[in-house]
Amino acid sequence: MKKYTSTGNKDTRSGFGDGLLEAGKKNENVIAMCADLTGSLKMDAFKNEFPDRFIQAGIAEANMIGMAAGMTIGGKIPFTGTFANFSTGRVYDQIRQSVAYSDKNVKICASHAGLTLGEDGATHQILEDIGLMKMLPGMTVINPCDYNQTKAATIAIAEHHGPVYLRFGRPKVPVFMPENEKFVIGEAIHLTEGTDVSIFATGHLVWEALQAAEQLEAKGISAEVINIHTIKPLDAKAVLASVAKTKCVVTAEEHMRHGGLGDSIAQLLSRENPTPMEYVAVNDSFGESGTPEELMTKYGLDAANIVKAAEKVIKRK
Amino acid sequence: MADIAKLEKVASQVRRDIVRMVHAVNSGHPGGSLGCADYFTALYFDVMKYSTDFKMDGKGEDLFFLSNGHISPVWYSTLARAGFFEVKELATFRKLNTRLQGHPTTHEGLPGVRVASGSLGQGLSVAVGAALTKKHNNDDRIVYSLHGDGELQEGQIWEAAMFAAHNKVDNIISAIDFNGRQIDGDVSDVMDLGNLRGKWESFGWTVTEMDGNNMQAIIDGLAHAKTLTGKGKPVMIIMKTEMGAGVDFMMGSHKWHGVAPNDEQLANALSQLPETLGDY
Repeated sequence: MKKYTSTGNKDTRSGFGDGLLEAGKKNENVIAMCADLTGSLKMDAFKNEFPDRFIQAGIAEANMIGMAAGMTIGGKIPFTGTFANFSTGRVYDQIRQSVAYSDKNVKICASHAGLTLGEDGATHQILEDIGLMKMLPGMTVINPCDYNQTKAATIAIAEHHGPVYLRFGRPKVPVFMPENEKFVIGEAIHLTEGTDVSIFATGHLVWEALQAAEQLEAKGISAEVINIHTIKPLDAKAVLASVAKTKCVVTAEEHMRHGGLGDSIAQLLSRENPTPMEYVAVNDSFGESGTPEELMTKYGLDAANIVKAAEKVIKRK
Repeated sequence: MADIAKLEKVASQVRRDIVRMVHAVNSGHPGGSLGCADYFTALYFDVMKYSTDFKMDGKGEDLFFLSNGHISPVWYSTLARAGFFEVKELATFRKLNTRLQGHPTTHEGLPGVRVASGSLGQGLSVAVGAALTKKHNNDDRIVYSLHGDGELQEGQIWEAAMFAAHNKVDNIISAIDFNGRQIDGDVSDVMDLGNLRGKWESFGWTVTEMDGNNMQAIIDGLAHAKTLTGKGKPVMIIMKTEMGAGVDFMMGSHKWHGVAPNDEQLANALSQLPETLGDY
């Protein structure tokens, strides 16, 4: 089995910030907008390099989304930046009407998604955002796994025409995807080849899935880990091909079970190839204060729980 | 010089279109549409520079955004009469597979519409965004937007108001359809706007007022508003209108906000509105 090593820990939001700067250098139509969280979103470099193309929206997210929709009229490509909670739930109707239904080329970039926001607690730890965004017709939903992939995804969405939700996080996490690998929207990445179980993971859980695969290998179980960085459109071909081989599935995500990646895969499999499946996700619960590590352990979003889920689902074949 | 008599003729036809459109499908919003027929006619037949060869980007053109999307009949009629699409398409309003949805949308590709509206409070943000892009593109044309008075109860309006003033977005002329009515009754009863002029001024806008049911006053008011642009402040026109203007039995009440006339009422309304450009 192919092994992955971390080249160090970095936050995915820094991948966004560095990718945004690069996208801005490539295309003068790229505009960055932020609702009073420039430092948290790592948008300072863009702001310093292109002060005229950086818009401080203040603590007024609804207006920011509406303005972003308006800015596309005349050819701009606005990237809005705030926490995931304020990027989605707070502004759902603005995204729905002014962006998605209006077919606007807005990139909604959301940091501090999920439990790993940590100590700020449940008011800020949105676990429903993937579900909210994927339900919108025409919306592309992307949740990259590490610094390198987030940077590449940020550059890629600038070149994609249409509304995109890009989700990333706060903590420093292992960097293991190749540097400067081209990001192809909607194309899943096979990280390990396996025959006993398919593990479809997204975001911070991809690294955990790789750790789980190594632990499973030590137990004689061959796990196929697939990085689903694009939840919508889902790479159905990759999912079905893997499941045809392994005949059972574990999904892993830092999101609510309802509406997340697992939900998308279950929906696909129920239509195309009903298959035993286990979810590693938050089960109908809000988060709470704590360190990211403590929270991921308490809510069962880690390698140990992926291993357990894999062993359980294999027995269900 | 604007030909006021000619503009009034267009407005009369627009009003005929409005009542016929809502009557045909027994739904839609005639009251606010009738009240704003003069404003729309002035904008599209005299004030704005635009191409009917519609391009979403609108570079080098004046742009218009309708934030209170429920008065779509007046906009659809004006767009059709101005040449954005064939007048006969007005007959499809609110019908299955139409481009003339109940509330305006870009989704079906209707020329002239640049964003969906209907859920209230969003259009000022969109207009401000479009105005920002015009500044970035060194495009000196103006962005116009229209908002309901009841719509000002939405908080997002005031977010946009603060932003536009703070950032000196001075290439926008917004207008409030100040008819004093909303679905549940008079605005002053539902949730009073208080000192409306003072509110906008304190938010940093240049505020002007005009009679929205007097063509000469609208032409003069919009010309005056244009002289106020480019001076570091966004411009707001408080436009006094009468809901239902032009049809006597629809005026003086909120009850024609979202109710269609029956056959008899349609005949009565049409008898008050001369057919000037030919019915669709």
